[in-house]
Amino acid sequence: MNVLDAIGTALDALRANPLRTSLTMLGIVIGVAAVIAMVAVGSGARNQVLQQIASLGTNLLLVGQGSVARGGVRLGAGTAASLTEDDAVAIIAEIPEAEIAAPYVRWGLQVVAGNQNWNTTLFGVTPDYLDARTWTVAAGRSISEQDVAQNNKVILLGHTVVEKLFGGGDPVGQTVRLLSTPVTVIGVLAAKGQNSSGQDMDDVVFVPLSTAKRNIPGMAKANPRFIHAMAVKVREGFDVPEAQRQIKDLLRQRHRLTDGQDDDFWMRDLSEVAATRDASSRALSFLLAAVAAVSLLVGGIGIMNIMLVSVTERTREIGLRLAVGAKRRDILMQFLIESTTLSVIGAGVGVLLGAGVAMVVARAAGWPVLISLDAVILSVSVSGVVGVFFGLYPARRASQLNPIEALRHE
Amino acid sequence: MGPHRVPALVDVNVAVERGSFVAVMGPSGSGKSTFMNVLGCLDRPDAGRYWLDGEEVSGLDPDALAEVRNRKIGFVFQSFNLMSRATAQANVELPMVYAGLDRAARAARATEALAAVGLAERAHHRPTQLSGGQQQRVAIARALVNRPALLLADEPTGALDTRTTREIMALFQQLNRSGITIVLVTHEPDVARYAGRVLSFLDGKVVEDRVQAAQESVP
Repeated sequence: MNVLDAIGTALDALRANPLRTSLTMLGIVIGVAAVIAMVAVGSGARNQVLQQIASLGTNLLLVGQGSVARGGVRLGAGTAASLTEDDAVAIIAEIPEAEIAAPYVRWGLQVVAGNQNWNTTLFGVTPDYLDARTWTVAAGRSISEQDVAQNNKVILLGHTVVEKLFGGGDPVGQTVRLLSTPVTVIGVLAAKGQNSSGQDMDDVVFVPLSTAKRNIPGMAKANPRFIHAMAVKVREGFDVPEAQRQIKDLLRQRHRLTDGQDDDFWMRDLSEVAATRDASSRALSFLLAAVAAVSLLVGGIGIMNIMLVSVTERTREIGLRLAVGAKRRDILMQFLIESTTLSVIGAGVGVLLGAGVAMVVARAAGWPVLISLDAVILSVSVSGVVGVFFGLYPARRASQLNPIEALRHE
Repeated sequence: MGPHRVPALVDVNVAVERGSFVAVMGPSGSGKSTFMNVLGCLDRPDAGRYWLDGEEVSGLDPDALAEVRNRKIGFVFQSFNLMSRATAQANVELPMVYAGLDRAARAARATEALAAVGLAERAHHRPTQLSGGQQQRVAIARALVNRPALLLADEPTGALDTRTTREIMALFQQLNRSGITIVLVTHEPDVARYAGRVLSFLDGKVVEDRVQAAQESVP
């Protein structure tokens, strides 16, 4: 008996009792639908998180100045003006893992355009900073090395600032004032939306680092090389914690801190926050996978149950098949193929149902629909294995029947 | 096997010639069923030997016996044993499925076999749409389709009325005349009369082995 004939026979047998067949499949259908839907929903959620990580900049460390404890009193961050542009240069020179070390200064101030004004956060940056934090320009041009070298009075506006000051009109080429200093708008930043803690990332303006330090009143400090912080991008494929350790050692050495002294700088791994969320969405996926596995197990037991009933009901047919020349192997194959067909068709229906659920959820949550081919292949093949495994015992029972007794069975 | 082994057959020495038509008679418990099961390669004798079509088959394992049944034996049962959801043609094709024939060859030979039993028109009917006599003809077509050396019929007319019994027995005679060897179990003397030889069993022994002039069937 060849496989095609066996599949035909199995389909005939399953068609003979459509209600029973569909009820038996239900366990597998639900299990597979759960897998497909949860993987789709889970990867939609993860995708969201990964986008957030990407919007922060990947493999990114922020190193800021401050926090010195004296006599048990911890002073506020930023009180010790210790971090300098030279630290950034040294990090690039001495730590191979560091791809970019982009120094910046930042503070809050008012931006005025015509009769509109808006309080926002100003960043004095170099082009490297924009790269590291994956900022792109939606209109106009970005800040260039030349702007930094010549301390040009130019500014990039965040999406929210443009909305507030220009009501969505084109600001490129216009002049705005930072306190008393007029600067020319050279570009508008592409919108990033909210970060993982709900802050508006588009409520910012960028000027060249040199311009910020020299031309904006209130920024002049004793050390002209001072910076508030820097963004360090770790090379792709390198370990962020290891880079973090090396930067810490280097900075402690440069700042001449003895073993007993606290750091006079802070460091933050930006991907950590997002990674925590990623981990929790993974945990959810595992939980749902466990539910799916239990459902497939229950579905498999349902298949075994119905196959045992089917073998008993069809004892005479089995006897006849044995009498006309079926070998034990043929009978075994016939019932195995029947149980596997049950589970695989159930899996097919489950895939469609799960995809439907995933689409509804994705639409409601505003995610892209991500139905993973891996999940489809995995759940269909696991169902196939479930069919074989739970079909094996009933099929063995059928194949071990004595033809004489089977033919006499009432 | 209980503690008391009761032999079902004792000293049975029977040769069935190629092309003969033998009726096996006897009350229940006489051993005729065991005899038929051995003849049909459904059961293996614990002792003794059995040659079928020039080949000793008494020592074969279950799978080898299945192959012998498939190639050399056709079964006809009292209760027809047709698959109720399959058409007449699909029922007739069943032994060829296990012989490994392809679809086209199976269809051709099933059509031929159904024509030989006079049911060419009913190939696509299901058993429930056929009369008892027609169902038994389908079963006979199924038994013949692998061109067996031996046709075994176990009370083939037990579920049929007198008129249909006559028709079926006429069919057996016609098949026998075309060269097919038939062994038929019955407890009705009327049915045994169509055979050329009658074996009577009692208590596991052959008590009578009689050659007779077969009754002419009136179609």
